[in-house]
Amino acid sequence: MIDTPSVDWLALSPTLALLAAAGLTLLGAVIVPRATERAFSVVVSLAGFGTSAALSGVVFDRSADPSAVVVESMTRDRLGALAAIIIALVGAAVVLVSAGDGRRSHVGEFYALIAASTAGMVFFVSSGNLMTMFLALEWFSISLYVLCALDTHRRESLEAGLKYLIVGSFGSGILLFGCALVYGATGELGFKAIQEATGADDPLFVSGMAMILAGLAFKVSAAPFHMWTPDVYEGAPTPVTAFMSAATKVAGLVLMLRILVTAFPEQAEIWSVAVAVLAVCSLAVGNLAAIAQSDLKRLLAYSSVSHAGFLLIAIAANSNAGTEALLYYLIPYSAASVGAFAVVAAREREQGRAVTLSSLEGLGWERPFLGVCMWWFMLSMAGFPLTGGFLGKLLVFSAIFEAGWWWLVVVGVLATALSLAYYLNVVRALYTRSGEVRGDVVVAGGSPPRDVLLETAAGAALVVTIGSFFFVQPLVDLASDAAAALPF
Amino acid sequence: MLTTLLIVVPLAGAILTWVLPLSRESTAGFALLVALAEVGLWLGSARNFDFGSDAQQYSANREWFDQLGISYAVGLYGFQYWLVGLTIVVGACAVGYGAWVGRENARAYFGLLLFLVGALVGVFAAQDLIVFYVFFEAMLIPIYVLVGVWGGPQRLKATVTFVIYTMVGSLLMLASIVAFGVSQGTFLLADIGTSSNDWIFLGFLAAFAVKAPLFPFHGWLRLAYTEAPPEVGAILSGVVSKAAVFGLVWIVLPHFPEPVEDFRTLVLVLAAVTLVYGSVLAFRQPDIRGVVAYSSMAQMGLIVLGIFAVNDLGLDGAVLHSVNHGLVSAGFFLLAGMIETRAGTGRFSELGGMAKGRPILATLVLTLGMFTLAVPGSTNFAGEFAILSGVFDRGWGYAAVGAAAMVLAALYALRMISAILHERRGAAVREDAGDLVGNELMLLVPLVAILAVLTAWPAGITERSFPADRPAAFIGSQQGVGAP
Repeated sequence: MIDTPSVDWLALSPTLALLAAAGLTLLGAVIVPRATERAFSVVVSLAGFGTSAALSGVVFDRSADPSAVVVESMTRDRLGALAAIIIALVGAAVVLVSAGDGRRSHVGEFYALIAASTAGMVFFVSSGNLMTMFLALEWFSISLYVLCALDTHRRESLEAGLKYLIVGSFGSGILLFGCALVYGATGELGFKAIQEATGADDPLFVSGMAMILAGLAFKVSAAPFHMWTPDVYEGAPTPVTAFMSAATKVAGLVLMLRILVTAFPEQAEIWSVAVAVLAVCSLAVGNLAAIAQSDLKRLLAYSSVSHAGFLLIAIAANSNAGTEALLYYLIPYSAASVGAFAVVAAREREQGRAVTLSSLEGLGWERPFLGVCMWWFMLSMAGFPLTGGFLGKLLVFSAIFEAGWWWLVVVGVLATALSLAYYLNVVRALYTRSGEVRGDVVVAGGSPPRDVLLETAAGAALVVTIGSFFFVQPLVDLASDAAAALPF
Repeated sequence: MLTTLLIVVPLAGAILTWVLPLSRESTAGFALLVALAEVGLWLGSARNFDFGSDAQQYSANREWFDQLGISYAVGLYGFQYWLVGLTIVVGACAVGYGAWVGRENARAYFGLLLFLVGALVGVFAAQDLIVFYVFFEAMLIPIYVLVGVWGGPQRLKATVTFVIYTMVGSLLMLASIVAFGVSQGTFLLADIGTSSNDWIFLGFLAAFAVKAPLFPFHGWLRLAYTEAPPEVGAILSGVVSKAAVFGLVWIVLPHFPEPVEDFRTLVLVLAAVTLVYGSVLAFRQPDIRGVVAYSSMAQMGLIVLGIFAVNDLGLDGAVLHSVNHGLVSAGFFLLAGMIETRAGTGRFSELGGMAKGRPILATLVLTLGMFTLAVPGSTNFAGEFAILSGVFDRGWGYAAVGAAAMVLAALYALRMISAILHERRGAAVREDAGDLVGNELMLLVPLVAILAVLTAWPAGITERSFPADRPAAFIGSQQGVGAP
């Protein structure tokens, strides 16, 4: 008889809730009649995301002291719980955005995969050793590969899926190789055990760490590992893009921070420089390339690369303040990102073609609510005051300044200035109208009906974007509780 | 509390304007009502305002975000009270003008206008660096849309240049704010103490030099002022540029004494160049708004001269002249709009002879023109004289340049007056184009009336701008306040 380890079911419950939702929607795809399949999947997956977020909240509440669970394969702490809450809420918003999309086949599969992938991410951010980390990474990545290619009738979607599969696997391979090297150097898998093990000066160990960092950089699309991002974001179904741009970033960055700080604190001098270099590359590439884009999804893809840069600055600070900045920044960023893609999705459905800056023209007048939302999302991403994006940047800059790297503040400020060129261009497009028509314009043939669920998601994102500015204190308190889980 | 109310009333009005489904006329009426209520509130707040006290009046301080030591801190000293008043009065005239013209998409338009007024009041009342920055940036949002959507044919270029210039300046300032605030552990102006770091100082200076603007950071000015709708141009030139005055007087001077000393010559020279160059450009402009735009730039140069004199006369003069210039320039922008609605153009080559049969218009153009050229005895003359005497202390050369610029001001102002009113009747001026009507007068007469009151009693402002009427000493006293 083998002793079974004691299992902390509460710590696993957010993941399990999502898996249950995934299983139920898959089942529903077979059993439930076609006519109600969509409604069924939406309701079940929303319930799954809601339950998962709520359970993560309970975990957050009850995990003031971090503890290792299930034989140290997982860490139960507030950092993971907070990230899980954000990821689950992003997932819920994405379900709302996708609910009104009438064209897609594979309805049940779509929601099942979103839930499964979210489950993977929720597990990922809490993983406590190299094995579970890689397992969870593949878990959510494979779901995402399929999601990208799910619009099988669109060549772009298939192309995106294939591209993501190839490049993503390459990244996973590098990560796995790095794990192997670290294991070889230390003989340990657990993050804490790696830190305690001797042999840290081993070149094998350091190169293993570098490869793990590179592998994670692929996932969060930090330059120079971002090449797949614009193509995949452009080709994937828009709700999936929304999901990737927000949830994958949260998962990847939180885990990157966790592994660097818990497993490699002794090497901080090396990795913080490496992360800073990644940050500068991402800021430069993301912002410069975004200026040249006319397709909105590509533009937002490059903008997400540049945001990865800001978030990496917070990691490079390697401090409590940096962790708080990272976690806070992720909240308005996720909201603005999901919201912006929601608006893109709405426009796409209305016009039946890819959304470019010129096809966006007039949206502000035709759909005032979505226009205003988009306006604020862009301002938040550009870091204008009255949005959480501003305070996020402020926190990141203060954290890195405290860490003594004032030149990164200057780089960040210059990048922000560059980013205005394209964010404000979007705002301008919203309110320009070709041909100076004034008054209420009706799309020929009547405009499609309003998509209430999508507008709800956009509205919720708007509330978070602006609310996180005014109610920054409670959010930063949460972030600082979560940051306490890391050994600074 | 009252300061918060002064900020919140226009902002709440803006949100209501956006949300309430009113018709165009009632939206305009509602916005005007809010703007007038704000004027009333401001006038009412004068009653208990202790101009002599060296404590902030109507201050509010609530912790907003303690990890970084950011608080929502607002409050008013005398000079801030006047800048806030300028904002509110010009804002009300701008809303009135918009109502009179009947702007398209009224809900969006008047909401943005009120939002702009609220943000500007916030800028002038800020007592915390982050609060200042928040309002400083927040005002860009409405300006961007107001110019970009309702502006003239070149509005796109105008907004893009304007936003790029100002954002680069203010982002450099953000870097400075982060560096300054984080190293001092607070962003509260009263506690933050001083810094001798040249780079931090230059970051702040960059933002204000663009905003004022000082030569050579004025590239955005011409298009932004002339492509904006007239009432937005009025706020831009009359009020928004004063954010630079506030920043220099209340952030740069008290908190960077050493860099101010080191860079004084540079800033004074730039200001003097701005003054002369702006005047020369104003003289060469082909249309009304161009003249007013560049004259605005020249006057800002003069005001910066007064500020960087860092003495009692210079500072008092700078505050007085900020108010004067704000009123005159706003009045002229509105007047330019009114002339343009009559003639369809503001170009001097097609204007002329408008005095004949239009006595009210002629009187107003002439009166505002006389204020622009600072005719001796006027409040503008008082302001300029105080500034020039102040800066004389720092070198007679600056005062000489300033005096020469007053002659240039006379040149461009007289050229403009005669090009509009006299000479042969221009091609664009129809015989039956009417005189100013009642509604227009209700916008312009208050501005002129305030100028007339100040002419009679400039001390009304100069003696009530800084505690105990000792500006330099007061600003010096801020340097060490509360700092450990």
